[in-house]
Amino acid sequence: MTATQEVTLERRELDPARFLNVAVVRDYGVVVAFVGLFITLSVSSSAFLTWANMKNLAFQTAPVGIIAVGGTLVFIGGGFDLSVGAISGFSAILSGKIFLHTGVGLWGSLVLGALVGLGCGIGNGLLVTLGRVNAFIATLATSIVIYGFAQVITGGNLVSVQAERFSTLGLGTAWGINYPVFVWLAFALVCGFLLWRTVLGRYIYAAGGNAEAARLSGVRVGTIRATTFAFSGLAAGIAGVILFSEVQTAQWNANSGIEFDAITAIVLGGTSLLGGEGAVWRSVLGAFFLQMIGNGFDLLGTTPQWQYVIKGGILAAAVSLDAWARRRRT
Amino acid sequence: MTGRDVHVELRRVSKRFGGVQALSQVDLRIARGCVHALVGENGAGKSTLGKILAGVHRPDEGELVVNGRVADYRSPRDALADGITIITQEPTLVPHRSVLENVFLGVEGGLAGVVDQRALVRRYWALVEETGIELPPRRLARALRVADQQKVEILRAVARNTRLVVMDEPTSALTKDESERLFALTRRLRERGTTIVYVSHMLGEVLALADEVTVLRDGRLVRTAPAAEETPERLVAAMLGRRLELTFPEKRPVPPGAPAVLAVRGLARAPAVEDVSFEIRAGEILGLAGLIGSGRSEVARAIFGADRPQQGEIEVEGRRVRLRSPREAIDHGVVMLPEDRKSQGLLMLRSIVDNVTLPHLHRVSRLGVLSLRSERRRAGELIARVDVRARSASAPVSTLSGGNQQKVLFAKWLLRRPRVFIADEPTRGVDVGAKRAIYELIRSLAAEGIGVLLISSEHEEILGLAHRVLVMRGGRIVAELDEQTMSEDALLHAAFATGGEARVA
Repeated sequence: MTATQEVTLERRELDPARFLNVAVVRDYGVVVAFVGLFITLSVSSSAFLTWANMKNLAFQTAPVGIIAVGGTLVFIGGGFDLSVGAISGFSAILSGKIFLHTGVGLWGSLVLGALVGLGCGIGNGLLVTLGRVNAFIATLATSIVIYGFAQVITGGNLVSVQAERFSTLGLGTAWGINYPVFVWLAFALVCGFLLWRTVLGRYIYAAGGNAEAARLSGVRVGTIRATTFAFSGLAAGIAGVILFSEVQTAQWNANSGIEFDAITAIVLGGTSLLGGEGAVWRSVLGAFFLQMIGNGFDLLGTTPQWQYVIKGGILAAAVSLDAWARRRRT
Repeated sequence: MTGRDVHVELRRVSKRFGGVQALSQVDLRIARGCVHALVGENGAGKSTLGKILAGVHRPDEGELVVNGRVADYRSPRDALADGITIITQEPTLVPHRSVLENVFLGVEGGLAGVVDQRALVRRYWALVEETGIELPPRRLARALRVADQQKVEILRAVARNTRLVVMDEPTSALTKDESERLFALTRRLRERGTTIVYVSHMLGEVLALADEVTVLRDGRLVRTAPAAEETPERLVAAMLGRRLELTFPEKRPVPPGAPAVLAVRGLARAPAVEDVSFEIRAGEILGLAGLIGSGRSEVARAIFGADRPQQGEIEVEGRRVRLRSPREAIDHGVVMLPEDRKSQGLLMLRSIVDNVTLPHLHRVSRLGVLSLRSERRRAGELIARVDVRARSASAPVSTLSGGNQQKVLFAKWLLRRPRVFIADEPTRGVDVGAKRAIYELIRSLAAEGIGVLLISSEHEEILGLAHRVLVMRGGRIVAELDEQTMSEDALLHAAFATGGEARVA
């Protein structure tokens, strides 16, 4: 090799010519939309930009936010997880049963409940990787199975815990902020660090970006993907016990539908459905954005039903933008 | 240009992709009924130009004039309405449908969407008659070889009454014989009055086929001239803007007594590989030649653990090993540069650094946490060593030219010194300048004492680089050529089995 070319090792600078093209809108759209909605709501409602409302917003977003953070890993790794709603309900039920029938106590039962979610996630991972079932169908199937088990265990009834202190996790506060917000923050920081700075994180991006190239580079793609499902299951378990703790009752289908909110948050954030791209902060922002739409409807006293139309429309627009951005690049 | 009728004209056409100026201010006239070749290095803009003609891309500036009218194609469909279509290196057929259905896709005719099957069959045989391409109409597209898939595309082009066909690197996946047949067909299309825009790296075939040749460099048009006035040397000089000898670095003999770094015995994986045995010594470049489909890549994949062999022993530096996955192979110092860099080699959306360090992340991390600084430093050294030309090491590899992408793949395997380096088609789709750099790189690996297994469809490459050549046919090694017996003639003889169905030119 003669005349070695000088290679600049600087961070990629924003090329002005690329500014405002589709990829940039897709990459930073969630930030613009978030700030835009935030300002709009601040101006149009005096109740929006208050400490109480902000606290409340974060508190309400936390369960979906936690699930969205876990799901982000799955998405980036090239998978898809539909079962988080079922898992979170199941975790709550088992957590309640453990509390009522064993002596592990309040925190023990909550932790075990979350670990049930982890177990379900590992099951999803094995089904998708060893069982070679398409992730969409695999997690649809496991969610049906899990709903079934949950009904068998409860006989279709509510699991109710009559103990004041059981709500500590869900409703307790520090510096006026509810615990779930801290749990969410911690989980997001852990997962964010994982993606940004660890070998596992790189492998997740590689597995989702090009599975065959990753395999031929020595990445154990199956194990990596299964791990992402484990994280997603754990996230669902944590969200499940938080929601359970808030209301102190659990039911097999109490959280059904939360998976769609989480997926919406992830996609709005700009993490690609096709894998290999995305970030945790995006999903956090996406979840907030989604919750702000609902919050805005409440504060402005508009017919709340319309929020679904708006949310769905925004979701479709976000995916369309992603597809455009990809087309431009290749 | 002579007084011939102008079919298509480009007027000051420019096109940008992100930060890359793919074409700038190109003026070009293409005469009706001739073969017009576009040549240039990778990234010179020749494919972009072809795709603009076919409506795949829209120019940012300038005009496209077709049949004397300004055309603004927003999709390939618009171009098709003017009788323009494109045949790419990767055929775009519907894999699960038959040849017949693929040929008439979108032009089925019939009443109210009901397809008249019998009429289609009649039209199909009329097409066969006209073009001389015969394929079983009921065969599924996915069961065809790439060469036959391209024939389907050509039939499709004729079925649509195409007046201009853009062929983008049509021979890159074809054997010599198949290429010859494609050339004959191209000439026949020209005789029918079809205009052919022929995009290619292969200067020999361009000169044999084309009436006119346009040379592009860095998105600009260098010149257009009748093919009769060009020579390969002139074209290369124009493409590179400087003279470059198409030669190979000098062969350094393998030191006598160098130990075997890799020994393969009785390797088998039905149906592609049968009873393959060989050794590679430290510092040796062993060529593995043969036609596409002869089992070369399959041997490489089986050694590397990408596919699991059914039988066979592998020894690395004299020790018996089982390589059940690429991870295990890498850990034993056996690495492979795969034949298709986009689908098997690179994470196109990730940065150069990410790609380079991916197989050896544990070397730039502690307890699973990456040290970004040492990662960038190590990657930077390797990028400099293999001479990747990039704006920045954090640029996504999708922004690099083919040659530079290939160099990234080399860098990726050098973070830890390998014992055995398998290179499967290391210069496929790479321009002349980068080829030379890759040859030198392969040479330098061998000089360090690494055993190299070089797989290539380009005979000159194998003959110019390898110390010893194994020729495969039908999954077996059928010949071994050493320094004395090595020649293109001997190689072709062995690869084609004299007297076989394929005739050697």
